[in-house]
Amino acid sequence: MSDGLKTDPLVIAGREYSSRLIMGTGGVDNFDLLSRALIASGTQLTTVAMRRVNATAGVSVLDVLRDLKIDVLPNTAGCYTAAEAILTAQLAREALETDWVKLEVIADERTLLPEPIELVTAAEALIKDGFTVLPYTNDDPILARRLEHVGCAAVMPLGAPIGSGMGIRNPHNISLIVEGAGVPVVLDAGIGTASEAAQAMELGCSAVLLASAVTRAKDPIAMATAMRLAVESGRLAAGAGRIPVREFGVASSPTQGRATL
Amino acid sequence: MPTVWGQLRRTLIDVSTNAGSASSDLLVVGGGAIGLAIAWEAARNGRSVRICDPDPGHGASWVAAGMLAPINEAHFGEDDRLPVALAALNSWKSFAAEVTQATGQPIGLREEGSIVVAYDTDDRVATDRMRLFHASLGLTATELTIAECRKLEPWLSPDIAGGTLVEGDLSVNNRALVEALLRANELCGVEFDRRHVSAIQLDTTGARARGVIFDDGDHANADVVVLAAGTWSALVQGLPAQVVPPVHPRKGQILRLRATAEQPQPLTRSLIALVQGSNVYLVPRSNGELVIGATQEDRGFHTSVTAGGIWELLRDARLVIPAIGEMEIGEMAAGLRPATPDNAAIVGRTEIDGLLIATGHGRNGILFTPLTAQIINDLIEGRAPIAQA
Ligand SMILES: Cc1cc2nc3c(=O)[nH]c(=O)nc-3n(C[C@H](O)[C@H](O)[C@H](O)COP(=O)(O)OP(=O)(O)OC[C@H]3O[C@@H](n4cnc5c(N)ncnc54)[C@H](O)[C@@H]3O)c2cc1C
Repeated sequence: MSDGLKTDPLVIAGREYSSRLIMGTGGVDNFDLLSRALIASGTQLTTVAMRRVNATAGVSVLDVLRDLKIDVLPNTAGCYTAAEAILTAQLAREALETDWVKLEVIADERTLLPEPIELVTAAEALIKDGFTVLPYTNDDPILARRLEHVGCAAVMPLGAPIGSGMGIRNPHNISLIVEGAGVPVVLDAGIGTASEAAQAMELGCSAVLLASAVTRAKDPIAMATAMRLAVESGRLAAGAGRIPVREFGVASSPTQGRATL
Repeated sequence: MPTVWGQLRRTLIDVSTNAGSASSDLLVVGGGAIGLAIAWEAARNGRSVRICDPDPGHGASWVAAGMLAPINEAHFGEDDRLPVALAALNSWKSFAAEVTQATGQPIGLREEGSIVVAYDTDDRVATDRMRLFHASLGLTATELTIAECRKLEPWLSPDIAGGTLVEGDLSVNNRALVEALLRANELCGVEFDRRHVSAIQLDTTGARARGVIFDDGDHANADVVVLAAGTWSALVQGLPAQVVPPVHPRKGQILRLRATAEQPQPLTRSLIALVQGSNVYLVPRSNGELVIGATQEDRGFHTSVTAGGIWELLRDARLVIPAIGEMEIGEMAAGLRPATPDNAAIVGRTEIDGLLIATGHGRNGILFTPLTAQIINDLIEGRAPIAQA
């Protein structure tokens, strides 16, 4: 039995992280507030959309991450085709000197749901080109398996559409993905509050990726702290062996062992 | 410098460029709205003033939309800025009257307020949340039904989810403002030196500003130097690292449409819309221009206009005001806001004697123009400033 305080690190493609919370930066324009929220979240890996950032520009989100010594995970947000996503990833690799990419290929603007065929096409091409690919995918166990088969370093199923804050709409599918996966499963998108992040970890996910839940909260720093704690406690609970669910109550203090007053 | 497609009027009369080591009481580096207003106020205080700028008035201040809407700039975690932004708004009516009185040039101040519109029910939830937040800060904004919104602004699409009226908001024609400020400075005898400043010159101790050095190696002296070069302020050399203001360029793409005989100006108020989670604003001018803005991009000093940027603006704007489809495109442009890490302006003294800084106004530089000019001049004249930005 462990004291429950030491958890094993998250390992993706050979890199180790003690934090299992991956953060996003979308929509943030107050870098000061962002950097305080990132610190509070304890994150060691943060994803940045490459379309709105010039890696050679002066102050940008990238400088914030550099100052905080947080690894950058460039993403291909805003891409609708494999061609766009591949080009964006290549530009990011050149500019940031990382071959990691969070691969996003979106089907349409309204739902922001992943386009599965373009996603697999882009993943295959990028992996052939030497990238470490972390794809943002639907909560479809078969698609997740397919992505793993083409060589993705992790699979990142959505809990609900990006920015919706609806939580995990299909926990059963997430469990199925976790059961079938030989690579880390990162719950990506849909988280609105801390209990949902804990739930993702309880379902067996290796990490949680979120952005709006923190950046659009009234108090981003408090919410970032809550998310850090939730991911930690969800992870601990997942490993602690929860009690079986019963139909009727069982007294937690049976007659044996009762204090004699 | 911003890239501007379309018409760009430059009515500036170059009053002087007397080179050499001229001296003045006050030297302002950068003649955007901020620098121009500071210089004019100082000249009215009886100071001899020189503005150094190779192209005064044509930085971000030229590109901007001219919305004076502090309430809609009050975001979570930034509410400590609100009192200063409201003070800035309060100074506008008298400032506008003074500018027009001094120059005879109207600057298109509009007092109809602004209307915040939510496009769909998700947007409605978000705008309601902001309205409640603003109410908690003591600000008044009136909730409107869809019908009430459309009574105020009949060209609004019926397919919106609701709105809010913000009565105190103003808007100004920022180009008319810049032109009037250039004229006002001229009339007060302010000298324009159309050269690019490469460095601030300090005295041998490094504790006092003496003047500036130009790209050509020439210099000009002054008792007081104000660094007001917008987003380029951090590029001016000669200052110790801790004095260099932490500004960086935040690009904004913006569009100017023109009313036609077939499609008159569709709005009377500034319209701030949240459209499927994306922000857009439309600012009407009495001359038939409708300004639609603006993207927010951190891409360094690039001012290219992109198809995607303009498309996003048109996509969102057309959903709330379908009739804009019939207007003519006047201009597409991009400008660079002087942004800071915490979105608060940098206005005041520095540890170097005789050097003041006025930059970092981000999204709100036009709004802050009168207040910043007043704060800087209060500091120059040794008066306690009424507010700190
Ligand atoms: C798309 C867009 C929309 C906006 N909308 C609004 C709005 O609705 N309301 C609002 O309040 N604000 C708005 N803003 C923000 C506002 O435009 C800026 O905050 C404001 O104009 C900054 O004024 P400034 O004088 O500091 O800078 P600028 O106007 O950029 O002027 C700086 C000047 O310094 C000069 N300069 C630079 N370097 C040197 C040097 N080394 N030597 C000499 N001169 C130099 C430049 O030539 C330039 O003329 C908007 C901005 C953008 C880009």
